[in-house]
Amino acid sequence: MKNINQGSEKFKIREMIEINKTNTRSQYLEKLIPILLLSTAIVSVLTTLGIIFTLLKETIIFFERVSIIEFITAKEWLPFVPSDPSYGILPLISGTLLVTFIAMIVAVPLGLAAAIYMSEYATDKTRRLLKPILEVLAGVPTIVYGFFALTFVTPILKKILPELSIFNALSPGIVIGIMIIPAIASLSEDAMSSVPNSIREGALALGCTKLEVAIKVVLPAALSGIIASFVLAFSRAIGETMIVSVAGGATPVLSLDATQSIQTMTAYIVQVSSGDAGYGTTIYYSIYAVGMTLFLFTLLMNLISQWISKRFREEY
Amino acid sequence: MRILNNEQITNGIGRRLLTNKFTKVILFIATLFSLVVLAVLMYRIMNQGLPKLNLDFLTKFASRRPANAGISGALVGSIWLMIVVVPFSMVIGVGTAIYLEEYAKKNWFTSFIQVNIQNLAGVPSIVFGLLGLTIFVRAMDLDRSILAAGLTMSLLVMPVIVVSAQEALKAVPRQLGEASYGLGATKWQTIKNIILPAAIPGILTGSILAISRAIGETAPLIVVGALAFVNFYPSSIMDSFTVIPIQIYNWTTRPQIEFQEVAAAGIIVLLVFLIIMNSIAIIIRNKFNKRY
Repeated sequence: MKNINQGSEKFKIREMIEINKTNTRSQYLEKLIPILLLSTAIVSVLTTLGIIFTLLKETIIFFERVSIIEFITAKEWLPFVPSDPSYGILPLISGTLLVTFIAMIVAVPLGLAAAIYMSEYATDKTRRLLKPILEVLAGVPTIVYGFFALTFVTPILKKILPELSIFNALSPGIVIGIMIIPAIASLSEDAMSSVPNSIREGALALGCTKLEVAIKVVLPAALSGIIASFVLAFSRAIGETMIVSVAGGATPVLSLDATQSIQTMTAYIVQVSSGDAGYGTTIYYSIYAVGMTLFLFTLLMNLISQWISKRFREEY
Repeated sequence: MRILNNEQITNGIGRRLLTNKFTKVILFIATLFSLVVLAVLMYRIMNQGLPKLNLDFLTKFASRRPANAGISGALVGSIWLMIVVVPFSMVIGVGTAIYLEEYAKKNWFTSFIQVNIQNLAGVPSIVFGLLGLTIFVRAMDLDRSILAAGLTMSLLVMPVIVVSAQEALKAVPRQLGEASYGLGATKWQTIKNIILPAAIPGILTGSILAISRAIGETAPLIVVGALAFVNFYPSSIMDSFTVIPIQIYNWTTRPQIEFQEVAAAGIIVLLVFLIIMNSIAIIIRNKFNKRY
């Protein structure tokens, strides 16, 4: 350390800078590195293009064999009937939406309640305890939730509703709801925490109770973030695969009866993939058409969520 | 002049305070609900799985008879998969993050990449499986190998790694970089010697958390074609394989009730795997957490 103060050492640093400037190897690196890094960044763009290209290409082959009108309007999804297969996506969509709506009925009130509690009522200590638990809940693999739905939730529901079949929409719906609670809770809590305290204090000073502050002041101010979190959770529930594959059954039906076996879009893809539908068969291409539908649904939801949080954000 | 109307404030104040207290309790119970579910989930799985969990279970291969079923093939398969996922996803993810944070100019292309990554994070995992099936398994002819599955999973976790690495890079104070420039260092020297070392703990923590999600992921691997029944150890990245979650899925969907216990034991192994990964992430975060 002493040497640094000596004049000769100061000169050395200047010298080092000069050497550094003329070092050709490092000059090459300076030009090369940004190109390398840019190419890794382009991988993400290629991934998106790859997804769109893959889905489009195989879906087009599917539509050469099955008319797009039948795909959209037919009310039966019976690809495994060898003599007269029917490819109407509606039963898969209704199964998916049924499960998703059940999930939202569970997750929206519980997630929002947790968010309000954590942002408005909980002390710092409680919040620091609760947040990691929610993170753990979000980190549990979905196959574990599937196991839970089939071996625990379904038997319990069967005691309450004897007409429930072993595979049904209700049990995976509830479990998916539990799975997406953390997403709603933490995103909504973030939105509510970003409402400045001065607004809360103003309302409290005017004689509001904490509840009135939460419902009438904080909630409206954070509404865009909260709704964005709902839409995001909705999109995640639509794309959820293993829980419905394990506990939802494999019966594509166009009905809103939650006690009976259904099939979602994701579960159909899993069913075909884990069986042995040969490469090149119409069934093989049908999973891409279903995947395309699923992709469009979730993309739409994600775009809506981003638009809401941008368009209606209140800046303080 | 009175701004506040006392009558309005005290109007039904007792009832309003009571509602407030009551709602607080309700909200607290709703928050506890998640905790209770987590506890029940863990209790059920421990209860069913622990009796089955012994050295035999860890060292035996899958079997048609529940008494003989073991998880060793899947355990080794999961580790093989990580050998592919860790380098690929980290290089691509961290590289993208450095580019976006340090090099990219503020133009439409940069914001396009950024929005694109956000949207990729929202694509259902099974769609990545379809991508992997067409591109890696069929077009690149990697067949149903560990490499094909690993590349698919790398693309799946890449957006999460990018976002967390960007956060870590953003958290490094600008002065550090400026001091380095002031001493005559070039841009890459500054990034390599100053900014990256300061951001590494955050990058590692985020990456480990993202990769541990890949360990628990099932759906894309079913599509890419991991096997359901494996009685050998893979010996290279071109071998076919299975992983722990797929083995659990296979056991869960069997009709025999005894397989449920086997599945629960498999879940315990999976959760232990995940807990180890997460603990490493937490240790790194606490050990290297510097405040500037």
